[in-house]
Amino acid sequence: MTDAAEVSTAHLLATESPIKRFFRATEIDTRLLGMVGAMLVIWVGFQIFGKLITGEGVFLTPRNLWNLLVQTSAIAVMSTGMVLIIVMRHIDLSVGSMLSFVGVLTGVAQVYWLAPWLGSDNPMIWVVGVAVALGAGAILGAFNGFLVAYAGIPSFIVTLGGLIVYNGAAWWVIRGETVAPMDSYFELIGGTPRASWIGSEASWALGGLVCLAIVVGIVLNRSARARFKFPQRPLWAEAFLILAGCAVTLGTVAVVNAYAWPPLIAERYAKEHNIPVPPGGLIYGHGFAIPVLIALGVGVAMTFLATRTRFGRYVYAIGGNPEAAELAGVNTRKITLLMFMTMGILVGISACITAARLDAASNSLGQFDELYVIAATVIGGTSLAGGVGTIYGALLGALVMQSLQSGMTLLNFDSAVKDVIVGSVLVFAVWIDQIYRRRQS
Amino acid sequence: MNAETKAPLVELKDVSIAFGGIKAVDHASIDLYPGEVVGLLGHNGAGKSTLIKVLSGAYKRDGGDIRINGEEAVINNPRDAKRYGIETIYQTLALADNVDAAANLFLGRELRTRWGTLDDVAMEAQARRVMGRLNPNFRRFKDPVKSLSGGQRQSVAIARAIHFNARILIMDEPTAALGPQETKQVGELIKQLKAEGIGIFLISHDIHDVFDLADRVAVMKNGQVVGSGPVTAMTKDEVLGMIILGKCPPGATPGPGAMAA
Ligand SMILES: Nc1ncnc2c1ncn2[C@@H]1O[C@H](COP(=O)(O)OP(=O)(O)O)[C@@H](O)[C@H]1O
Ligand SMILES: [Mg+2]
Repeated sequence: MTDAAEVSTAHLLATESPIKRFFRATEIDTRLLGMVGAMLVIWVGFQIFGKLITGEGVFLTPRNLWNLLVQTSAIAVMSTGMVLIIVMRHIDLSVGSMLSFVGVLTGVAQVYWLAPWLGSDNPMIWVVGVAVALGAGAILGAFNGFLVAYAGIPSFIVTLGGLIVYNGAAWWVIRGETVAPMDSYFELIGGTPRASWIGSEASWALGGLVCLAIVVGIVLNRSARARFKFPQRPLWAEAFLILAGCAVTLGTVAVVNAYAWPPLIAERYAKEHNIPVPPGGLIYGHGFAIPVLIALGVGVAMTFLATRTRFGRYVYAIGGNPEAAELAGVNTRKITLLMFMTMGILVGISACITAARLDAASNSLGQFDELYVIAATVIGGTSLAGGVGTIYGALLGALVMQSLQSGMTLLNFDSAVKDVIVGSVLVFAVWIDQIYRRRQS
Repeated sequence: MNAETKAPLVELKDVSIAFGGIKAVDHASIDLYPGEVVGLLGHNGAGKSTLIKVLSGAYKRDGGDIRINGEEAVINNPRDAKRYGIETIYQTLALADNVDAAANLFLGRELRTRWGTLDDVAMEAQARRVMGRLNPNFRRFKDPVKSLSGGQRQSVAIARAIHFNARILIMDEPTAALGPQETKQVGELIKQLKAEGIGIFLISHDIHDVFDLADRVAVMKNGQVVGSGPVTAMTKDEVLGMIILGKCPPGATPGPGAMAA
């Protein structure tokens, strides 16, 4: 190709150091890589530390990593929305108490209204329960958004008020009682019962599909750019991206499959299905749990929303320069309202995951979640000044936060110490990020 | 002028707008015909940007009328203005700094694939074409506009205004960040657009930017129009007199801001 851009890129490639050339060609976000590195350090650190203290490293076991993913799901789901809220130069402090209120509502709906009316174990209960949660989340989120966008009240104030109001509302509904148990189908959303693990075969199949999607995505992008004669990434860089993407995907599948069912459950399952038990016992892999799949699905959907749709484009443009977006003809108020509504729906999803996982709804649901969600988002590289942030960053940030928490729980850290460390890590991470960004520019 | 007999393309009549107690624009009237370049001159703070922001839908006027092709126009926001074919290059450029040139170019009017998703490649292709016309050396299509030079950013803002078949083009200090070479290029562009029948408001605080390109000039001072008239009927010194002293020369039609003789 004789495109001048190509020539100049080729020139740059020839004069740069191999490492720089690698990052330029693959367009890998070095910040992301830093975060993955930090996470691996945390993981290995807990493993070694655990071995020194308890004589046994349990952090890097399939069982712990599997649990880690399940525990991360609820925060991860909400962090994908918080990224875009913060990108738009807003904040949502109400997500934790909104989760509590929504969780309580769906709990009450299932236990006090639907079960007596439809009979427990009616498969409609979970459908209505989820619809109640998503609907309530959407309404509350839209209300937040309306106050921010149309009444012009700063989001900090609106959602600070929301934090208090929804907390009170949740208390008002159940007065500190615990509503339990949840519907047995609904419970699957939380990942605890056996039927909420999809098993090895399905997990491998899913992993294969994701790998296929990676390949197809890269090939389609290449052919689209070829059609317009745009400069392309070098072939070796594309190959590397495909290999790395597939390796991470299949590696994750291998880990969740390596965590076998508890022997008692495997035995009972065998008995129920008349499967003879071989001498070594039956080994069934857990595979992905439903909440993890939900979180991954939400991650994909939100990434699509953020990068492939007009809505997402407007969210970023508003974050970059709200006045410019308005002057360009973007209906910034509508976008703001819709964004807060989306956040509310995500809170509804997380409320289902949390209530289902505990198999109960109570006022303590979602306590401090707003802080963890914001922390995950910020650790994931979202700038509080607005305009900058990615969904995958927030997902990784959520995983880092949860890794710290579970790691310390495994080592029996006092919860006071845990809080001190988690808070410090947040501040430290942002400080490092600032230094990195200053270096970059 | 050639087209005085037709209804003007744009007519702003007695437009007023105040911020707090400050009358930023005070009963200002200007008009514009197709294929005409009207230079809007005045000191910094004279009210030029505010007046044209009323036309582009950025500000709501307190009073006055806007007519387009002789008909009352309803312009309450920038979307309305664009519907009338009014495109604006703002003095502040009004770019979203965190996204790339193509995203800015198509902001609010994104091209979409048949599945309704953003068609980034098509947008990049058109961006390359229109930027090639303005700034042939421009290469940084993947970078956020924050990292571009002042001139490159200005090119993006100009590209955005000319890409969507404007009928009325507002250029608020369009060459402020440009070098002499690029300024000349914008001058060529203005002549070309004028030849296509587009009406252009060219705003500047510097008479030299405007005098050679404009058919008519209008001068503002303290929110009021001092006067307006064809450049052929005035000398540069007379126009300077309007800008500095508010003194309307015989070749110009005096406005409310003209110094009492
Ligand atoms: N958004 C605003 N709020 C308050 N005052 C403003 C605003 N925009 C402009 N002004 C005031 O209006 C007057 C005219 O400003 P402007 O139209 O920008 O002048 P010009 O473009 O001729 O330099 C100035 O006194 C300015 O301070
Ligand atoms: Mg101005």
